[in-house]
Parts: sequence; C-alpha cells; structure tokens
Amino acid sequence: MTDEPLLRVSALSKFYGSRVGCDNVSFDLWPGEVLAVVGESGSGKTTLLNCLSTRLLPSSGTASYRMRDGQFRELYRMSEAERRFLMRTDWGFVHQNPADGLRMTVSAGANVGERLMAVGDRHYGKIRATAVDWLSRVEIEEDRIDDEPRAFSGGMRQRLQIARNLVTGPRLVFMDEPTGGLDVSVQARLLDLLRGLVTDLGLAAIVVTHDLAVARLLSQRMMVMKDGRVVESGLTDRVLDDPRAPYTQLLVSSILQV
Amino acid sequence: MTDIATYNFAYLDEQTKRMIRRAILKGIAIPGYQVPFASREMPMPYGWGTGGVQVTASIIGPDDVLKVIDQGADDTTNAVSIRAFFKKVANVAVTTDTATATIIQTRHRIPEHPLTAGQVLVFQVPIPEPLRFLEPRETETRKMHALEEYGLMHVKLYEDIAKHGRIATTYAYPVKVEGRYVMDPSPTPKFDNPKMHRSPALQLFGAGREKRIYAVPPFTDVVSLDFEDHPFEVQTFDQPCALCAAENVYLDEVILDDHGGHMFVCSDTDHCEKRRADGHRGHLAPDTHPASENMEPAQ
Amino acid sequence: MPTPLVVSDVAKSFTMHLRDGIKLPVVAGVSFSIKAGECTVLGGPSGAGKSSILKMLYGNYAVDEGQIIVKHEDGLVDLAHASPRTVLAIRRQTIGYVSQFLRTVPRVSALDVVAEPLVERGEEREAARGKARALLARLNLPEKLWALPPATFSGGEQQRVNIARGFITGHPILLLDEPTASLDATNRDVVIELIAAKKAAGVALLGIFHDHEVREAVADRVIDVTAFAPGKLAA
Repeated sequence: MTDEPLLRVSALSKFYGSRVGCDNVSFDLWPGEVLAVVGESGSGKTTLLNCLSTRLLPSSGTASYRMRDGQFRELYRMSEAERRFLMRTDWGFVHQNPADGLRMTVSAGANVGERLMAVGDRHYGKIRATAVDWLSRVEIEEDRIDDEPRAFSGGMRQRLQIARNLVTGPRLVFMDEPTGGLDVSVQARLLDLLRGLVTDLGLAAIVVTHDLAVARLLSQRMMVMKDGRVVESGLTDRVLDDPRAPYTQLLVSSILQV
Repeated sequence: MTDIATYNFAYLDEQTKRMIRRAILKGIAIPGYQVPFASREMPMPYGWGTGGVQVTASIIGPDDVLKVIDQGADDTTNAVSIRAFFKKVANVAVTTDTATATIIQTRHRIPEHPLTAGQVLVFQVPIPEPLRFLEPRETETRKMHALEEYGLMHVKLYEDIAKHGRIATTYAYPVKVEGRYVMDPSPTPKFDNPKMHRSPALQLFGAGREKRIYAVPPFTDVVSLDFEDHPFEVQTFDQPCALCAAENVYLDEVILDDHGGHMFVCSDTDHCEKRRADGHRGHLAPDTHPASENMEPAQ
Repeated sequence: MPTPLVVSDVAKSFTMHLRDGIKLPVVAGVSFSIKAGECTVLGGPSGAGKSSILKMLYGNYAVDEGQIIVKHEDGLVDLAHASPRTVLAIRRQTIGYVSQFLRTVPRVSALDVVAEPLVERGEEREAARGKARALLARLNLPEKLWALPPATFSGGEQQRVNIARGFITGHPILLLDEPTASLDATNRDVVIELIAAKKAAGVALLGIFHDHEVREAVADRVIDVTAFAPGKLAA
C-alpha cells in the first residue's frame, strides 16, 4: 500500500455550451482500488470517464496522475504524445462495444500484440507467446489466436478487448459499461474474470455502469451521479445497503429482485 | 516550339509548378513526410501516373533527358505515352538508357543500373499512406505519423507471419526513412527497397488522386521494417533471366503459349537489352545475334 | 484487558426519501466498549437495532452521530468518520465480520471464498487454501462441495462457508451476526469451540445470538440494546 493516490481529481467540470456534462467532481483513487461510477444515461458518468481518460478535455478543474517514476503529472497539461503514450502503456480503456476497442479486421493475436509492438517489441516469437498467454488468461482457446474478432461472440470479443488492454501491465483501467449488451450468463463470467484480474494484478479501475450489481461485484467504492453531479459517494456496500441521497434510494429500490 | 505554342512549358501553368515545387522542397526537407498539394486534373485518368507526371512537369527543364518506365519496361503503353507527352509539351530529349537519363519517372520499379548523383527518380504512387489499410481515418493516421506511433505497421507484418509463416508482403513494403517517418515506397517489389537506402539520386513520390508528395533526399537512410526473428529479405529467383542470363535482378514471368510454356526475364528492359548487346545470353535468347552461335535455344 | 473498540454516543436513523422523507430512528446514545479475549453479546428483541449496530461497526451503515474508536495499526481511528479507504484497511486488518447471509460471487469456489480474506492480507494462495480446507473440514462441509461455487448450497452449508470465511483470519475484532442461526447441533458446537479458541487467542468478539444455548456458552457479557432505543429522540 502506498500512501499516495494514483489519481487526484479536483473540481472537474465539463460543459457542452450551457448544458452540464459533469460538474465539480473531485475524488482520489488509490492503487488497486476499483471505483464504480453509477447513474442513469445522461447523468454525466460517461462524460466524466472521457475527461479522466483525456479523451475529452474538461472545461475546468484538474486531474493529476502519479507516473511510474512517482511524479504527479497534470493530465490536461501533458502533450498529446505523452497522453497517448500513457493511454497505450500505463492505462487501459475497455469500451462497452468491443468493436470500438478492437481492430476487427486483424487477428486476435495481433490485437493483443499491438500494444507490445507500439512500445517497441520487435520479436515475433515473444509477442506471440505473450498473446497466447493473455488469451488463456481471458479464457480464449489458443487455436483462436489467428481468427479475427469478427468471428467471435460478444463475450469473447469483450474478453479479447480486456486482454488487449492489460497486456502492457497498466496500472489504471477505465471501463465503460464493460458488461453492457451481454447475456446474463456471459456477463457473470466476464465479471468474475474481471474481478480476478483486477485482484491478481492490483489494478486500479474506474468502472462506469448503470448496473448496481456490477458495481457491487467489482468495486470497493462508488460514486452516484445525477445531472452531472455526484450526489453520493462512499464504500460500495455502504452506499447500496444504506443509501442516503434521495436519488440513490430510488436507484437501489428500483433493482429487480430475482 | 511552335508546335506546342498552345501549351505552357511542361503542360502545367507556372503557378501550379511553383506550388508543386514548394511541396517537393518541403518533402525533401522532411524526408518521408507526406506533403499535401493541390493536385491538378491531368489529361489522363487517375491511376495512370497523374501524381508522377505533375512532379516531373514541375522539375523538368529544357536540358533534361527523360526516361519513363512502367514496371521496368520502357515500351509499355503507359511509359510510351508519358514519354510522348513530355516530348510534346516540354520538347525535351527522351531516352530508354538509365545512365544518361536525368529524370526517370517510374511506375513500380527502380532500374537495375545503379543511379548516380544528379539523377532524379519520380515514383507514381497510388496510395501514399502505409497505415491506410489498418487505420481508415486520415485524421488518425496523420496523428500517428506526427507522434511517431508506428506499432500498427508491425501489426501488418505480424499478420503476415501469423498467416503465412513469414512476411508475405512482397511489394509496397513499408520502410522507415531517416529513422523517423514510415513511408510507403509505392508498389515497387520489396526487391528494390535496398536500392533506396542511401541512394545518390533524389527520389520523389507523387500521388495525384490522393494529393500527396513525399521525398527521399540523396544519401538518406531507408530501412525496411521487420522483426528480430523474421528479418527483412528480398525475393530471390532460382534461375537467371532467360534472355540475358542476368542474376540478382528482378524477373517477370512471361507466358509463351497456351500449353504452360513460360519464361522468366528481366523486368528492366533497358538493363536486359544492354546485357544482350554486351553478349550475354540466356537459355531462351533468340539466336539471331552473332554472339549467340554456340547457344542452344530451348524449343 | 486492552480495549480495541469503544463506541460512544452513536445514533442512527433512516430517512426514507421515497416516502416523503419520513425519518425512522433506529438507535441513539449507543455507548459501550468491548475487550480483547471476551465475547460480548448484543441482546434485545428483533428490531431493537442489534444488526444495525454491527453494520455501523463494520462501516456498512453510515453513522449519524457519535464516534466508533478502533485500535487499528498502532493507532486509534474513528470509524464513524473514516474515509472509505481507511474503512477498507480496517476491514482487511482489524475487524472481521460474519454476516447473516453469504453473498456469493458467480464461479468462485467455496474454498476460494473462504481463502480470500487471507489472500487479501497477503498470504500465499495455496497456503490460504490449506487453511480453508482445514476449517471447512472442521465445520463438516462435505469435501465434494469445496470446489463448487456456494450459490446453490443449502442455507446451512452457505452459513458454514460464511463462518469459515470470517474465522480464517486473525482479525483482532470479530463481529458475528447470528452465525449459528441455520446450523444443526453438531455444527453449532463447532462454532462454540471456534469462538472459544478466538477468545483464547485474545480476539474481541461482538455478536448477536438468538440461540439461548449458544449465547450461554459463549457470552461473557450481554449488552441490552433496548437501552439505546431512540424513544424521545425520535423526530
């Protein structure tokens, strides 16, 4: 356990003209912590995620990230080259739709290997061996390594996307509805896999989801957003078992019991 | 000059030529970088060398000697037409001899005869962006060049090895120029890639439809991309040219009849003819030449 | 005897925003402490707030007022106002909890469910599994179930997995929310033995036991929760 957070977010706001994307969001994220951001569509959670992952520039506020050398860097003052480098080495981004995060027309092996090649790996045999290893870790058979993701099921594609993101050993992974659009049984398998990987690798993650069960299973901490603002935050089980804000109570009471 | 009075010298107007020369100079200053330019409509279809023709038209002067080859040959339609075009609109001397040419416009080959300082090789380029087939967004590929993010290029080579057990790309084989920009050498066979490396000649690339010009100045490093365990290698041929017996040159397959008869001959017609004139004979060379008396032509 | 946990003047209520914001007071003025090597039992009828108190002590329920001082890593921490990160550290190192029901995770085997708290505390997975096997055997959970996810287990089987998960670590404070509710006599006795062993090891236990026999067997002290009824404090 380090005494310093990995990411410090302070008064982050994003406005689309006069419309609010997210408003005055602040939090710290420590290594190995999984933070769930929940809220219904339009609550600003995806805007927040995109700002944090520097895919979008905020209107105001700061976010600083502790680099591997231990120094904090202000994300929005980095050059685009530095940000993109961070994005493909120390960070991961798991999209809801795997097609947004994969190259659908190159093989599974190349999808996993791309990040390695991007950071200068030039040994085909080693790249392939690493790809095989990662495919097995996300439960994809080795004999599918030369198949294109187009030939994969939704769940497999999502697992491939995860492998592609984790191959460089990132410390922070952003996930946007990682189980959205999957069958319940496929969802459970993916969640379990994610949970195991996050624990084993000590990843920090920010998971945007509207599914409280996903938040309960994956995260230790939770932020509830409504109309761009954080209405409640705290330990995930505390927020879900003792929701205090009116909106959180509404969300929790809306869960269907099986 | 009276017969070309209706045309400007070398067809293009002076403003256009100056615009293209600026693009060329920028390209030379940033080796391998694709410079956008305002490509003009030319009196020929796209794909027939409109980019190369505009580059040639912008650099050619009355004292230049022009050679035009199409896949190594001086005598195919495209080469003959472009040569005739410049003869008409610039009234310049034309040749098929690589050594005496000052400007060589080429479609998909580099001559076998080593180029020398002072010569300019103008490539016709269909698709200048080496990253295009993997990344369709131009905004993204430009960013990748700017930030030197070339992992994707190796993804393509990786796919080759995964599918074929080796790098199966045989033409338009990507190169890195002066340790910086990854460049498409146009669809030349990878056999010609080593000739680009530290060439004494200036190499200019024009893509008319895609509106891009790029350049490799003389004596610039041009390195073919590869993997440590799958190093770059050129094609080899297990037989010499059937006409001139040349080895270590790029050969074309020529079909002889309807019964599967074929032969491999030099793709560089000028090189082949010169060798035959010097008395070299391949096993299928016609024996009309005096030096071929003791050669047994195959049936 | 050292005092690892002191509760002073804690109050808790629920505000039901979906029902016109009515406020349901649960407890008020909760003050007590527990001692190492002792098992303290919360007594009182259902609805008196026993479970709520345990949940506040575990950080699972928010606290309206008061302090919960915990001895954590050579210092004292007020759990009622601690950051989520501190609460997590306290749960990992200092306060263990056996809930009434097991919350299962798809596809994780009973053995790993039990071993997990040890792994989180930095123990080797195989060593942790070894201890988990021993504990599950002691609680008479059939070995053929160990490799299966507990979701489909019977209530009693799930409860034993839950107990093993709570008892496997050396947390200095252990909270027990009716751990014997759905157990047969044999396993109830095993739990009583386990509690005795914890006491001998200097663990401070705080529990809710509706079962008279068990309560008699383990309790050193009973705190009557009705004393903390919000009564006139209610809004």
